[in-house]
Parts: sequence; structure tokens; C-alpha cells
Amino acid sequence: MGKEKAVKQKKFSLNSLPAYSKMVLMPVLVLALIAAPAVITNKYMLHIIILCSMYSCLALSLNMVIGWSGQFSLGHVTFYGMGAYLSTLLVRSLGINFFLATLTAMVIVGIFSALLCMPTLKLRGDYIALVTLGFGEVFRLFISNAVAITRGPMGIPNIPPPSIFGFEISGKTAYYYFVLILLICFTIFMVRFDNSGFGMSMMAVNEDDIAATSLGINPVKFKLWGFVMGGVMAALMGSFYSVYMGMIGPSSFDYGESIKMVSMVVLGGQGSIAGSILGAFLLAALPEALRAFSDYRMVIYGAAMVIMMIFRPEGIYGRNKRTRNLYKIKAMRGEKHGEGTAG
Amino acid sequence: MEKVLQVNSATIQFGGLIAVDSVDIEQEKGEILSLIGPNGAGKTTFFNLLTGVYKPTEGSVIFYGRNITHMKAFERTRIGIARTFQNIRLMKSMTVLENLLIAHPDCNGEKLIPSVLFPGKRNVKRRQVIKECEELLDIVGLKDMAAELSINLPYGKQRLLEIARGLATKPKYLLLDEPGAGMNNFEKEELTSVIRHITKKMGIDVLIIEHDMKFVMNISDRIVVLDHGMKIADGLPEDIQKNPMVIQAYLGSGTFKNDDEDEE
Ligand SMILES: Nc1ncnc2c1ncn2[C@@H]1O[C@H](COP(=O)(O)OP(=O)(O)OP(=O)(O)O)[C@@H](O)[C@H]1O
Ligand SMILES: [Mg+2]
Repeated sequence: MGKEKAVKQKKFSLNSLPAYSKMVLMPVLVLALIAAPAVITNKYMLHIIILCSMYSCLALSLNMVIGWSGQFSLGHVTFYGMGAYLSTLLVRSLGINFFLATLTAMVIVGIFSALLCMPTLKLRGDYIALVTLGFGEVFRLFISNAVAITRGPMGIPNIPPPSIFGFEISGKTAYYYFVLILLICFTIFMVRFDNSGFGMSMMAVNEDDIAATSLGINPVKFKLWGFVMGGVMAALMGSFYSVYMGMIGPSSFDYGESIKMVSMVVLGGQGSIAGSILGAFLLAALPEALRAFSDYRMVIYGAAMVIMMIFRPEGIYGRNKRTRNLYKIKAMRGEKHGEGTAG
Repeated sequence: MEKVLQVNSATIQFGGLIAVDSVDIEQEKGEILSLIGPNGAGKTTFFNLLTGVYKPTEGSVIFYGRNITHMKAFERTRIGIARTFQNIRLMKSMTVLENLLIAHPDCNGEKLIPSVLFPGKRNVKRRQVIKECEELLDIVGLKDMAAELSINLPYGKQRLLEIARGLATKPKYLLLDEPGAGMNNFEKEELTSVIRHITKKMGIDVLIIEHDMKFVMNISDRIVVLDHGMKIADGLPEDIQKNPMVIQAYLGSGTFKNDDEDEE
């Protein structure tokens, strides 16, 4: 008996739980998330949660680029910012619906990120980081200087709240549900993507592109798609940001934002879905919790990163080991889920 | 007889170094061909030429009558050329089975949108793919280790896994770069029977690079010898063994004897 228990303890993880417990856990979690605004009446608290969720989506989008397609992008803010500006400008100039504007912005950003990615495909790691970092700066300079279009450093204030089916999305609670839906969609998409042959092939290219090529996988295709999908997802979040804040300006899209997102991905775990969300919640909430020490914020950030790199380079919830897959394989074969542990 | 492969005066030059020097090689269907030669002779480079990692400076590569000289590497895999690597290149973070899955055309060719929208439908297909991959693992004797991380396998098993992964691409032609390197005698016997199975039962032709002479002489129908990028001999194993040019080339580098464990 004792021995059996020890085995149980060792193997315990969310993934080794029997299927039915997941079926119970999931609705409980979802219900808790839906009920959250009723419990959390503090508007500031709700604001922090919205920001954390937004950054979770951004971290997922960047992780698609860094963790899956294996391109260390330091310019992710470009696509986030483009999404924000494009959707806002489309609504303002054409007067179209916010959601239509967002979709259009996503398409434009998709094409744009493909064009940006193509020349970097031949580059190796560090150079990609430099090129993308440079691109982020070019973007920031553009929105700061193209005063005729973007109003430059003054930014665009008074962005109207979006409305859907005649219902106007305004107030913290509404935005909480808005971002929650986005986060759930992003997560489901990422999980399914990760389990798809498409996602596995992208991971294979990331790990060893020469070997992947020898297996009939076209590395260029997957690197390109990783970059584009990450960019499009970030554009969607930029669009969300613009209506949530009600104003945008160049200062919201400087390279510090890129660094923040990269830190979330690295801290949480490259190529890890749960890790992205964890990293985003930690790093987006931390500055608020550490308000009293705001002078040392960057020092704490930096120290945390260095310590992580030394002791846990795969991230807090990294993709290492991946015991999950053992169970997946068993489940696929139609065997009982985690036989030894379920009973 | 149908020709699997025809390489016509292929040359590969790296700057001043001619790694493959106008080599002609043909292989017939059903024939086990081996490529031997001292270290640095250009054997691996020749493989890279066949698989499209390098394009020849001169010459052409014909696969089943089709000129593939300028075809991209991943496309060559899709028309049936698979390979293993001299320095094992498994996906270390993936399990044994996953290493095969990513090689299977039905898995790595999956479209993103349908598999994200209809994961159930995908899983039905995936089960079939898993079954096929498990059968391949069975051939190389790794079925029990399907859920193991590939990095945790012993060296010899990793080589076998690479062969199984190559088979998962559904090839017509399999290139093995020193499949026996680092294997003990028992594992080499296992390897021999795996290769026999691949050629006889599965009808896949193989081209083998190997330094172990006993192994090569035992398994090959024909042997081609490279030295300094040039083809210096081409013939039956027993003739190659006696060929003075070959002995000379190996004596020069001293590998001929060292690799033959019986004579040590
Ligand atoms: N990408 C490259 N750039 C420059 N030189 C190369 C390149 N690849 C191989 N060479 C050179 O070409 C020659 C042939 O190398 P190759 O790896 O084909 O030899 P090999 O016959 O496989 O030797 P071994 O038995 O040691 O594996 C060597 O001198 C090597 O240094
Ligand atoms: Mg070699």
C-alpha cells in the first residue's frame, strides 16, 4: 500500500488525473472565472486581472514565435501596436464596426509579418533578435513621427467603446468577460495546435531543422506560419488594448513592451501553454504588488530572469519531460487512462 | 532491371576542397549497395547530395528515372528518399513514438485549420498513424519503449530509432549513414536482420555507409569505394576485399584494419 502511494505521489500532475476529474475540474474552473467579477468588487483588482489576461494572450502569441517556430523575436510589439493603431484608425476613418476593423487589421498584420519574416528566415538566432528589435524601433519611430496619420506623440484619445448586437462593451466587468473569452479561445487554439501534426512539425523544425527537412517537413513554411500566427494573435490583442484603454500612443508600444513579453515567455517556459499564462500573470501582476519598490522594479525583473536562466532554463512550467504525452499515447491506443494511478 | 538511382559525374566543391569528384554511381532495384572509404573520403557529402542538403557543382542525380538534381530536400523525402544521420539527429524532447509521428506524411502533412476545428476527426486518423508507427517500432524492436523520451534510449537503440523514423516517411529508398557505429556485435546482428527485413519484406532499397568491414562484406550485394572524393572501386564484396587500390587507400589512413574487430 505504502509503495503504491509513493508511486502515486511521484506521478501526480494535472495530466495524470483520471479523465473524469478533469471533467469535474474544468467546469468548476470555468464557473469560478465567470463568477469572479461578482466576488471581486474592487475595480482596481479587476483591472489587474484584465491586464494579466491580456498579457497571457500576448505571451501565448509570442510563444508561438519563440517557443514553437523557434525565432527569438524581440520586436513583437510591432504587431501588437500595429493591431491597435490599424483597428483604431480604421474605425475612425471608415467608421466601420470595431470587430470588422479588428479582422481587417489582423489580415494586414498577417501579410505584413509574412513580409517581415521572409528576409529573416535565412538568419540565425541572434540576428533574428537584432532585426526584429530594430523593426520594433522603426515602428515606434513611425507612429511617433507620422503625425498626420497617428497624431504622433499625442496619441489617439477617446477611442469609442465597441458594440456588439447593440450592446456596448464598457466598464471593467464587460472587458473582463471580453478578455476572458479571448484567453479561452487562445488557449483552446494553442492546445489543439500543439497536438496537431502541424504544431508537432513546427516543434520538430524548432528542435532540428536539418533532421525535420529529412522527414519531408518544409522548415520555411513552418517558420513563416509561426511568425505570422504570432503576429496576427498579437494584433488582435492590440485591438483589444486600444478599446480597453480608450487611448493609444507611442509610449504604449516601445521596446520595453517587447522585453516584457519575452520575459513572460522565458520565465513561464518556451513552448509551454500553461507556462505562458503563468509567466504573464506573474510578471504583469508583480509590478503592481511591488509598487512600494517601484524604483527597483527593473532590478527585480533582471534578477529574476538571471536566476531563472541559471537554475531553470526551461522556465517555471517548461516543456521539459512532457509526461503528458505518455498519457496521450495511451489514451490514443484506447487503453485505460493512467491505469496504475486511476484506481 | 529498374534503376533506383543514377548519379552522373557528380561533383561537390567546398571552396578549394573537392569533396565529391565526378562520381558515377548506379543502383538497381533489390540490390543492397554499400559505400565505403576512409575518413573524409566524401561519403556523407555524397549522401547530402542525394538528399538535397547540397546541390552538386556539376553532374546530375536521377531517382527512378526522374531528374531530381535541383529538387528541394524535403520534396525528395516526399518522393521516397529517406535517410539517417551519422551523428544521430533525433528530436530529443520528443518521445520515441512522437519521433515517428512527425515523420509520417499523414501527420506532418496535417492541415492546421481542420485539425484545430475538428480534433476528434483528426484523432481518428491519428490512431491509424500511431498503429502504423507502432508496427515500424516493432520491426526495430522498440515497441515497448514507444512512450520513452528518445534521449533516454541507449546509443544503439537510438540508431535503430532513426531507421524506424526514416521508414515512417514511407520511403522507397533508405540511406543509412554508419548505422552500426557505436553498436556492439549483438546489436550489429540485430541491425543486419533489420536491414534484411527492410529490403526483402518491405521492398525498400538501401544504400549503406559503414566502416565495419565484416558487417559490410556480409550484407552488401555490391560495394563502391570512395577516396578523396573519387570513386576508386566498384564491385562485389569479395573483389573489393582483394582490390589493391582499396587496400592502399585504407592502409594510407589505417582504418581498414582498425574497424575489422576480428583481426584485433
Ligand atoms: N559543409 C562543408 N564545408 C566544407 N567542407 C566540408 C563540408 N562538409 C564536408 N566537408 C569536407 O568534405 C570532406 C568529406 O567529408 P565527409 O563528411 O563527406 O567524409 P566521410 O567520408 O563521411 O567521412 P567519415 O567517415 O569521417 O564520416 C571532408 O574533408 C570534410 O571536411
Ligand atoms: Mg561521414
